[in-house]
Formats: sequence, C-alpha cells, structure tokens
Amino acid sequence: MQRIVILGGGVGGTLTANLLARKLRRRIDRGEVRVTVVDATGQHVYQPGFMYIAMGGERAANLARPEKSLLDRRVDLVVDRIARIDRDASVVELASGEKLDYDQLVVATGSRIVPEAIEHFEQEAHHFYTAEAAAKLRKALDAFTGGRVVIGIAGMPYKCPPAPLEVAFLVEAELRERGLRDKAELHFCSPIGRAFTIESVSEMATPILEEKGIELHTFFNVDAIDPGKKQVLSLEGEELSYDLLILVPPHRGAQVLIDSGLAPAPGGWLPTDRGTLQVKTGPDRPDADPTPRYPNIYALGDATDLPLSKAGSTAHFEAPVVAQRIAAVVEGRQPTGKGSIYMGKVMCFFEVGDGKGTLLQFDYDHPPKPPKPNQLWHLGKIVFNKTYWHTVPKGRV
Amino acid sequence: MADVTISRTIDARGSFCPGPLMELIRAIREAVAGDVIAVWSADKGSKIDIPKWVEKAGHTLVGIESKNGYDEIVVQKTH
Repeated sequence: MQRIVILGGGVGGTLTANLLARKLRRRIDRGEVRVTVVDATGQHVYQPGFMYIAMGGERAANLARPEKSLLDRRVDLVVDRIARIDRDASVVELASGEKLDYDQLVVATGSRIVPEAIEHFEQEAHHFYTAEAAAKLRKALDAFTGGRVVIGIAGMPYKCPPAPLEVAFLVEAELRERGLRDKAELHFCSPIGRAFTIESVSEMATPILEEKGIELHTFFNVDAIDPGKKQVLSLEGEELSYDLLILVPPHRGAQVLIDSGLAPAPGGWLPTDRGTLQVKTGPDRPDADPTPRYPNIYALGDATDLPLSKAGSTAHFEAPVVAQRIAAVVEGRQPTGKGSIYMGKVMCFFEVGDGKGTLLQFDYDHPPKPPKPNQLWHLGKIVFNKTYWHTVPKGRV
Repeated sequence: MADVTISRTIDARGSFCPGPLMELIRAIREAVAGDVIAVWSADKGSKIDIPKWVEKAGHTLVGIESKNGYDEIVVQKTH
C-alpha cells in the first residue's frame, strides 16, 4: 500500500488530491494506493473573494464549501489539526492523537496572517484577509465621509500581491462615485522602491496611481502604529497620518512546519526546489546543496519559499507537477517530460477600478506584459470567481 | 571594506528581487546601531535597490563588491 498524505485542503491540496485520484484511480480502487487530505476545518474557502466582501457586495456564505464536496470520492478526508510532522519516521501526528504514516507527503498548509506581530494593528488597521475583517472594512468605508486613507503593506511576502493596489484603485473609484473624492486624500505605501515587486507591473500601475491622484510612498516598511496620533510610522522614518488605515497584515507559514524542523523561523516558508517542488533543505542544513533533502516531501502554494506570488494561481499550476511526479513514483517510473518540472507559471487578474482590469501572466523566465486595462479582464475575473467551484479544485482548467 | 567587522552575513543568493532587500530589512530590524550587515545577492537589481533603501532609511552603505557570480553589499546600521 502506497500512502499519499496531503496536508491542507486549499487550492493546492485539493487539486493535487483530485489529480492523483484521476491518475491512480485503478490502483486506488484495487486498494494499492490511498490518498488522504488532512484539513483543519473541513471547509474550503475561496480567499480571493474576501476583497469583494469589502469592495464588491460579495457575501461570506458564498465563499466556503465543504471540502468533501470538492474532493474525488476516492480521496479520504481527515478533519483535524496537524500536531507534528516526523520527517525521520515519515509520520504525521494529528491533534486528536491519530498518526498517519506516509510514503509521499504533500505540504499545502498555506500561509496565515499575524496582525498581532504589529502592536495596535488589530484595533487601528483594517484589512481584507478574512471574511470578518473585510466586512468590518466595508462598514468603515460606508461610514467614511472624508479624510486621509492610507493603504499599505505591513510585511512581505503576503497573499495575492496585486490586492493592496487593487484596493487602492477600487477605493478611489468608489469615493469618486460617492462624491467624496475631493474630501479624501489617498496614500499608497510600498515596502520596496516601486509600486509593485515586478517591474513591468509597476510600470503599468504607477501611471494609474498618478492619474487617480493616489500618492505613492516607496520604501515604506511599516514599523509601528501610533493610535494616539493616528499615525503609521515606517522603519525608514516616515510618519503618515490616517483617518482610515488599510494594511496587509504580516504573513507567516504554518507554525507546525517550524516546530517540526522543516521550515526556518520566523517566516516558516518551506525551502522548496523551484522545479521539482521537493522540500530541499531544513534549517538544520542551510547550505546550497541542490539534492532534495526529503525526496518524498513536496510543497506547493503559499507554503513554499519560492520567489513567486502567494496566490491560488501559483498552487493551481504547481499541483499538476506534484501529482505527475508522485504518480510516477507510485508507478515505479522516473518522472519525465515537460509537465514534471514547474516553470514558475502564475496567472492572475488585476482590478484597476471603474470596471476595468488586466491580466498578469508570467513564469520564472518571462515577466508579465500586462495588456492595457479593459472591461474584458474585469469581467474575466468576475466569471472566474463565480465558476471557481466547478473548475479549479476539480482540475477542469 | 577590509577595515570593517561584519556582524552578520545574509546569503540571499537563492532569492530574487525584492527578497535580498527584505532579508536586509529584517536583519536591520534585529540589529543594534553600529552593526554591520553583509548581504550576498545574485540578483542584479539588489545593487540598485539596496543602496536606494539604505539612503532613504538613513543607514550607511559601506561598500559593494563583486564576487564570483554575486555581489556583496555591506551596510552599517547607524540608528
């Protein structure tokens, strides 16, 4: 019996499980292979929808479905928290005490937000990284009648890199529509020397910021929030007053990966081979040895330390590689061919406000060349969001 | 750069822009004034981005040295 254990029921975990169930269906039916997904909640959440709770009338109830309903019937689902991964014994220990032995392990534990890492974040700053926070931001926007809006990023890396720029564009458009634009000042703070990490996207977004009268502050790494003065302070010594503060909270990988010695603290991102997606080295061996330290452990999605967007799209394009490699191992073959190496493909929609959007499509070697924003790409994003449940997790796109 | 004592070296050679800068910023947060931090980066953007950040943040760029396939960028935390 070959046991494949997948940690996490997000985009990466669910899609990998379903692709494996398809590739190995006969072996699973004969009892030679078992595919198990472990998820802490048993609910699959479509996180890109959170922004639309704040900005587009979306409802939280539409953004979650039972994980079981998305998984192939050949896949087992265990709803439990992961207590520890024993990489030497190849065992995953669950919070309930249950132990799952594995021959192949897929770590798709995603990322988590840690607003508590910045003092006063939770009482002063709004964000859109949970359904609750996005609903609270919506209320704050409804109550906003004018003043200084500061939008920024309080830690890198973070989920969905375009999201803070999108929110800046959408807030600006909304304030204009509500007749409040001349009563509001908008500021966008970027931790790096330009508006966005990828240069070509920055070149597209910077003129839009200018056109919309959103002031760009570069090299603004949030250091502290002063609730008394209503100011956000940067490590670089800048102080910005706000009436409405919207910040991407700091993100980290799953704590269990640090506790199990697989990922270095404090970030918790798994050292991952950029092509094979095997977990490369542990913090106990921080050298440049290219040999995968754990040839039977794979990582995908937000959990990795790869220099790519932390986004469902990344996981979406990584999952077929992981599934192909594991299926080959199970079938006693060498994983070969183009589909067995991840080339860094990512594709995401990018809202610019006023019903327009663009598309970012890139890989390790080809930076994006975003088309001129138009209504089509905005509609594309809406359609993608609505049809997600029937397409991505089931491997139909 | 022979007369400075490097307090910490960050090997960010496997990381791409803005990874090395973010690694440096993290190290600066953890360091005390006077510490000297060396960043190794194979990303060509680092030797442009890092000096710009150092200037804005008011620290001191000690120097940049091209090594075998990467750059060593040395920064002193001044406050």
